[in-house]
Amino acid sequence: MSRIAFINAHLLDAASGLDGLGGLLVEGGRIAEVGAIATPADATVIDCDGRLLAPALIDTRVFKVEPAAAIAGGVVKVCLMPDQSPVLDGPAAIERVRRLGQDVVKVRPLAAATRALEGRKLAEIGLALEAGACAVATGRRGIMDTGVMLRLLQYASGFDALVVAHAEDETLTDGTCATESDYALRLGLPAASTLAESLMVERDVRLAEATGARLHIAQVTCAASIDAVRRAKHRGVRVSCGVTPAHFLLNDFAIGDYRTFARLSPPLRTEADRLAVVEGLRDGTIDVIASGHDPRTQEDKRLPFAQAEAGMVGVETLLAASLSLVHNDILDLPTLMTKLTSKPAALFGLNGGRLDVGQAADLLLFDAGAPWQIDAETLRSTAKNTPLDRLLVQGRVRGVWRDGRDVLTN
Amino acid sequence: MTSASPAPASHRTPPGLHPFPYTNLLGITGLQPWEIAYLLDEAEQWIESNRSTHKRHDRLAGLTQVNAFFENSTRTLLSFEIAGKRLGVDCVNMVPGTSSLKKGETLLDTALTLAAMHPDIIVIRHQDSGAVQLIAEKVDCTVINAGDGRHEHPTQALLDALTIRRRKGRIEGLTVAICGDILHSRVARSNFQLLNALGARVRVVAPPTLLGAGIERLGVEVFTDMDKGLDSADVVMMLRLQKERMQGGYIPSTREFFHFYGLTGERLKRAKPDALVMHPGPMNRGVEIDTAVADDLVRSAIAEQVEMGVAVRMACLDVLTRKRRGIAGWADGSIGATGGRA
Repeated sequence: MSRIAFINAHLLDAASGLDGLGGLLVEGGRIAEVGAIATPADATVIDCDGRLLAPALIDTRVFKVEPAAAIAGGVVKVCLMPDQSPVLDGPAAIERVRRLGQDVVKVRPLAAATRALEGRKLAEIGLALEAGACAVATGRRGIMDTGVMLRLLQYASGFDALVVAHAEDETLTDGTCATESDYALRLGLPAASTLAESLMVERDVRLAEATGARLHIAQVTCAASIDAVRRAKHRGVRVSCGVTPAHFLLNDFAIGDYRTFARLSPPLRTEADRLAVVEGLRDGTIDVIASGHDPRTQEDKRLPFAQAEAGMVGVETLLAASLSLVHNDILDLPTLMTKLTSKPAALFGLNGGRLDVGQAADLLLFDAGAPWQIDAETLRSTAKNTPLDRLLVQGRVRGVWRDGRDVLTN
Repeated sequence: MTSASPAPASHRTPPGLHPFPYTNLLGITGLQPWEIAYLLDEAEQWIESNRSTHKRHDRLAGLTQVNAFFENSTRTLLSFEIAGKRLGVDCVNMVPGTSSLKKGETLLDTALTLAAMHPDIIVIRHQDSGAVQLIAEKVDCTVINAGDGRHEHPTQALLDALTIRRRKGRIEGLTVAICGDILHSRVARSNFQLLNALGARVRVVAPPTLLGAGIERLGVEVFTDMDKGLDSADVVMMLRLQKERMQGGYIPSTREFFHFYGLTGERLKRAKPDALVMHPGPMNRGVEIDTAVADDLVRSAIAEQVEMGVAVRMACLDVLTRKRRGIAGWADGSIGATGGRA
């Protein structure tokens, strides 16, 4: 049995109470010992030189599986959104996409909540879960019909399945591509109020409360919806929420010059809302940070702003972008890492995300302070649509292992 | 009748600065007051010429101008075409019915195709905000924005300013009420910025559904009551209400809109006795403006706006191509590409 001994590592896993120097022994692809380990004579020794050794990242929101990009970002497990062609709305589709990881990335599909993601009729949720879906998702769009959403949550509660919801009221957002503000008004971009999001969050939270279902708002991006989740958590509603780095790093000024790479869904918000997102991360209201990795072709993006598709690539920059929260003194490093590892694992019912004995050895070795500049052209993703191009960041991936196998350099 | 009115001293180009260091005109945003005033001053020279029987000049002879209008237009297209031809430009029009956009070609491919034919000037109108800037980044000739989405329509704001300046003798200190569909209007956005830059006080008057969130932060005073908005105004600028927005979408009906926001002779009495009435056209008589007001020769400047439009566009074509034509003082490297951008 192959053994790997990581020595002189700064073990980091707040969920397991680890934040200090130690070693980690991997046996047969699983974590065998953590802490003060005895290095077996036959083990391959990796001297971590005091660097951070953490569980590999779990990205709960990707629209495409790109193994090379994910590994470069320290991500070993991804939750694939059901918005695929064909839509992941049945067991066959779920089983097929699990193979997209190419033995490098572990793919955990999110099953479509409704048939063809049309928001009208329930999809075969139970069969999809049985086939390996980790949760149920409404997709890029929310479910506008309140009756359908109610029945979805009721039905999903029977499996105790997590329902991942997109919160945007299309009757308010149709035909718009920005957030209402004096800036969008001056740019002449059709814009919608953040009410489009907060009303849907309020609705879905109340429905979750009534049904006892587990609800995860995929992206909360404005003050009012974060407040709604905060209050619901106080009431004991089984609700959690996530955000992507763009909404805590950028505000709507990034759409100046009509940069279509900054066209996102939900759209970038005003500075006040961005600060509310940061506060939501700080006080723990926001549980998860995900990349929303969504490669877009030139044909989708080289268009006038209102005609361009929404979305950005991000799996590769997830760690560095998120670490800005640590370097800006918003979160301490262990807390940040929980939002990228143990919290998504717990919410989405995934193994891993912890440095626990018996867990798969999906590991990330990184240097939290190493500075670099994001350069879209050198990203490994097939598409380069990031609004974070040229951003100065800190945090470099130094090693990634999947089931104890080095997948970064091999 | 109007008379020439050079810019006040406060709008003269400061010593050491170039009067207009750009080869594109994408918007009013970012232009300095003296740069705006310079274009207005330059336009003055063409007004008398346009009224004479010797309208044709050869200042831009040899240059090619393409009017690429992705959205329908009659007066703006005609105005740019006449302006070009009066300066001796070879002028061609590309309009939606005949363009390959119908065949699915992307905007940028169309732009690159146009650029490959080496025009010297491309005048663009497009239904999407920012589309003109997108094209300007990909071509190396002079680009003039003839209206992009709800964003900007700089030559309209310039012709409005020239009209006001000639009628009133100044712009600084005037109160201008812009009334109607502010939300969807590129004319309004360009005018806010230009009139503010030249020292006018700008008011907007509209039902809340047609104002746009954040409007109060664009340097304008906001009114939903037209009588109050017109009170003591020097200029009343009416905007066109587009037909598809009239039937219950943003306002209940044209009848109700006219009742509360239509410019009638009675309502105009709230403004100053010599208040100027303007409209960028085409007018919806009986929707936003009463026929008697529109046709009032003393107070209405609507026909004059069209006249000033040709002069302003001639000035823009002339000034923006000076670098390309190697005019002394304009040909060096300090003349940048873009005038007015977000």
